[in-house]
Amino acid sequence: MQALSPIVDDLKEQASRFVRYLPRLWPLYVMVIPALIHLVLLSYYPMYGIRIAFQDYKPALGFDKSPWVGLKQFQLMLENPSFWQIFRNTIVIATSKIVTLQFCAVILALLLNEVRKLFYKRSVQSLVYLPYFLSWIVLGGIMLEMLGSSGVVNQLLQLWGVEQPVIFLGNNRTFVPALVLSHLWQQVGWATILYLAALTSIDPQLLEAAAIDGAGRFQRVLYIILPGILPTLLLVLCLDFGLLFNAAGFDQVLNLYNPAVYSTGDILDTWIYREGLLGARFSLATAVGLVRSVLGLILIVISLRLIARFTDYQLY
Amino acid sequence: MNRSEYRGIWSRTFDVFNYLFLLLLGLSCIIPLIHLLALSFSDRAAATGGLVTLWPVRPTAITYEKVLEAGVFLNAFWISVMRTVIGTTLQMTLIVLISFPLSKGKDEMPFRNIIMGSVVFAYLFNGGLIPWFLVIRKLGMLNTIWALIVPQALPLWNVILMMNFFRRVPKELEEASIIDGATYWQILLHVYLPISIPALATLTLFGAVGHWNAWFDGMILIADRDLIPLQTFLRTVVVKMDMNEFMRNPEDFDMFSDRSLRAAQTLVTVVPILVVYPFLQRFFVSGITLGALKG
Repeated sequence: MQALSPIVDDLKEQASRFVRYLPRLWPLYVMVIPALIHLVLLSYYPMYGIRIAFQDYKPALGFDKSPWVGLKQFQLMLENPSFWQIFRNTIVIATSKIVTLQFCAVILALLLNEVRKLFYKRSVQSLVYLPYFLSWIVLGGIMLEMLGSSGVVNQLLQLWGVEQPVIFLGNNRTFVPALVLSHLWQQVGWATILYLAALTSIDPQLLEAAAIDGAGRFQRVLYIILPGILPTLLLVLCLDFGLLFNAAGFDQVLNLYNPAVYSTGDILDTWIYREGLLGARFSLATAVGLVRSVLGLILIVISLRLIARFTDYQLY
Repeated sequence: MNRSEYRGIWSRTFDVFNYLFLLLLGLSCIIPLIHLLALSFSDRAAATGGLVTLWPVRPTAITYEKVLEAGVFLNAFWISVMRTVIGTTLQMTLIVLISFPLSKGKDEMPFRNIIMGSVVFAYLFNGGLIPWFLVIRKLGMLNTIWALIVPQALPLWNVILMMNFFRRVPKELEEASIIDGATYWQILLHVYLPISIPALATLTLFGAVGHWNAWFDGMILIADRDLIPLQTFLRTVVVKMDMNEFMRNPEDFDMFSDRSLRAAQTLVTVVPILVVYPFLQRFFVSGITLGALKG
């Protein structure tokens, strides 16, 4: 208990200041009330609901009265072969997306940086940022239309000499590449913004000195500009891997997948939605969701620690 | 820098390919929308025959008439407008109200760190989809417009961004008001809000786009046809390919195809985004670099 006493003392000290200065400070505490109510009802109350992962949840009995079953749901989860499948799919899809996107975003930022006609650069930027703001309903609709068996892509392939139409979204070999590429197309413009910002902070004197020393245009990119944006790349990769389970992209997968591609395309989030909400297996899906949340928390804490150690970036 | 090196043969070749590549990339982002536009204005034979690329074939506006005639589409559009306006307003109110106190230090506001800790923990960890859904059901929000507004009202990442922005406001600005006896309400209203307009505009625009594009909540929290937001309705049309809301007369079948009708609805859904897009552009950089601050 001795270790706790500084914390207790600190709380006591804060409490005494709270009472003393309340006449002046009260508006600050009133301001946080609406958000705190929201936080309690829609963040912490659902966290309390995690208890149904250890229950056999019955809607009529609710969070409090459903019977306890210990770790049965987790046992069911581990025994279910499709759990390992979706776990693997989630990691494969998320990792492919992160690596492809950031690699291409760095290259695109470098290419944009070499454009010396400002109007041209701005126009290209305006176009490539646009898909980021469209929902996966709209983008999914566009993809289903264009990639369908009589869509424009298959017609072009036909002109090219491909006889059978390719069912891109109904085939396990093409589904994940289609996810990764369409995600790349949606995000790549937007992802360059951080790199372009990093490029502006490279010291122009450094570039000039290199030019005087005889470094050509491409050598300057290789030896000065690329190292200049490397810290940003590492920061972004670190944050992305911290949010790995989000990176698989629920919105995109749910709107593009179908039973034919469950073996490669089904991810944790879509499985939780399908089995939990549509299949009403509330407790099992909550158990899977808990595993996802805990692993996600561990990843993000590791990544924030790493970032705090190597940079001066701080979350709060 | 030495200009002449840009005139070398390799440099020039690179520039040509670079400009060409960027042009193609830029076009690839807009061509799908142009293709849909052409499709939506083409007649049945052209659309089903695959004759349409980037220009309408035998143009007709009948699809748009059909879309606007179908009450359910217009109603969904209206629901989306409503949730975006009310939802974004509520969101910004809550964000401002909690980030201002949190931007104060622990020395100024006792227990600030406990509140901040509970915000950050809720950002990093959550109960998952199922408990979240069950709580919303228990709170009686299912199948009401509130289900589209309240659960989204406190985006925690935006709270952290806004708080970091408030923290950068120079202390000297408010010190003068404190000496004049201003309350915290007055300081927020007259000192902090006016100089935070760029940050507020950024979060408002991104919040509004988020509301307009949201579809999952409408799918799982709303069953009533009259309360379905536009993106959720569009999902049944373009992803589920369910056309039951349209084509009531047999003769319609001869005039336009399902593909044209889907294209028309997708485009109408995108129009509001295209309208705010030029405004959004002004805030891109601030929007994404807002978070990258020292604490």
